[in-house]
Amino acid sequence: MKCTRCKAPAEVQLRQHNSNFCRACFVFFFQRQVERAIEKERMFSLDEPVLVAVSGGKDSLALWDVLIDLGYQTTGLHLSLGIGEYSDASTDKTVAFANARSLPLITVKLADHGLAVNDVAGLTRRPACSACGTMKRHYFDQLAVDRGFPVVATGHNLDDEAARLLGNVLHWQMPYLARQRPVLQPTHERFVRKVKPLYRVTEYEAAVYAFMRGIDYVVDECPNAIGATQLTYKDMLNRLEATSPGSKLIFVQEFLQRAQPIFAAAPEEPPRTCVGCGMPSFGEMCGFCRLVRETETKRERRNAAKAVQ
Amino acid sequence: MHVTILPQRKQVEIAGRRRAADVLRELGFLPGTAMVIRGDLLVPENSMLEADDVIEVRSVISGGAPALDVEGLAP
Repeated sequence: MKCTRCKAPAEVQLRQHNSNFCRACFVFFFQRQVERAIEKERMFSLDEPVLVAVSGGKDSLALWDVLIDLGYQTTGLHLSLGIGEYSDASTDKTVAFANARSLPLITVKLADHGLAVNDVAGLTRRPACSACGTMKRHYFDQLAVDRGFPVVATGHNLDDEAARLLGNVLHWQMPYLARQRPVLQPTHERFVRKVKPLYRVTEYEAAVYAFMRGIDYVVDECPNAIGATQLTYKDMLNRLEATSPGSKLIFVQEFLQRAQPIFAAAPEEPPRTCVGCGMPSFGEMCGFCRLVRETETKRERRNAAKAVQ
Repeated sequence: MHVTILPQRKQVEIAGRRRAADVLRELGFLPGTAMVIRGDLLVPENSMLEADDVIEVRSVISGGAPALDVEGLAP
């Protein structure tokens, strides 16, 4: 099997693009896909400092690697989530990646704020992924604003977007469908632009890129993701993709071109300001502050009960 | 051939030569959901694997990435 581009022996086969690539040509193809997404969607310019949310997984490290190669000004932001050994390994991989390339990295350890994901989920009895998402959204927004970054880039890929779109359509989540875009413009003075430069590349392509570039990423799956609904949606979409290559790309692309503007046209109330932290909120208090208060209350109760025993 | 499956770190022996796509199917992977790695190189899904090959099958699927554009709407 030969490379579609240069006729050298191919190392990877992309059925949805009807193409095969050698290593050099695949790296070129992947970087061009990301570059085109950034330019087409006007995500950010070469002059803007970009805060890259990095987990230590293949997607976010591949994204950071591409952005560096394309000459963008990047700073990494890593949240050490407090999910046992998985988080320790994720932090180690992220720090090693940044150090090896002399890249600026901001690391926030949630346990230092009394908010390790597993503790919060255990105390509040909320699903760990829900608590984790609430905290990620808060810290990404707050740190970007406080440190003067106009844009946050995340490693969401085509599979993430397709799975989320399927979930939103199955439940007709109108406000979520209105906001599912590769670029989300700020609607509050303490929001920044959020962008997903990998939204056109599959999870497989991101993994292949990371492998080919010698990126040492966390291969283990988050233990809290076992049984996650998103994985069921991904599996269904991959079954469809197996019989009809390109389905995921068409699903997301056609939604963005044809349907999303219709959902986005519906009038939407702008966010208010949270009385707890000053960040945007659709209620009096944002989801993060409610989660923190509930955690603190339940921790105090637990400690009091322990003291009595 | 000797197969190591990641992230489960499971070891499997498969007899005979096979196409990489057939190995993936036998192990229960859908196309495009795992990389087949032999040494430092990826093996395309329609390439042959020999009976004495030592390979790694690495899943690429991850879950739980939260949507970051639903601020204020999340619980």
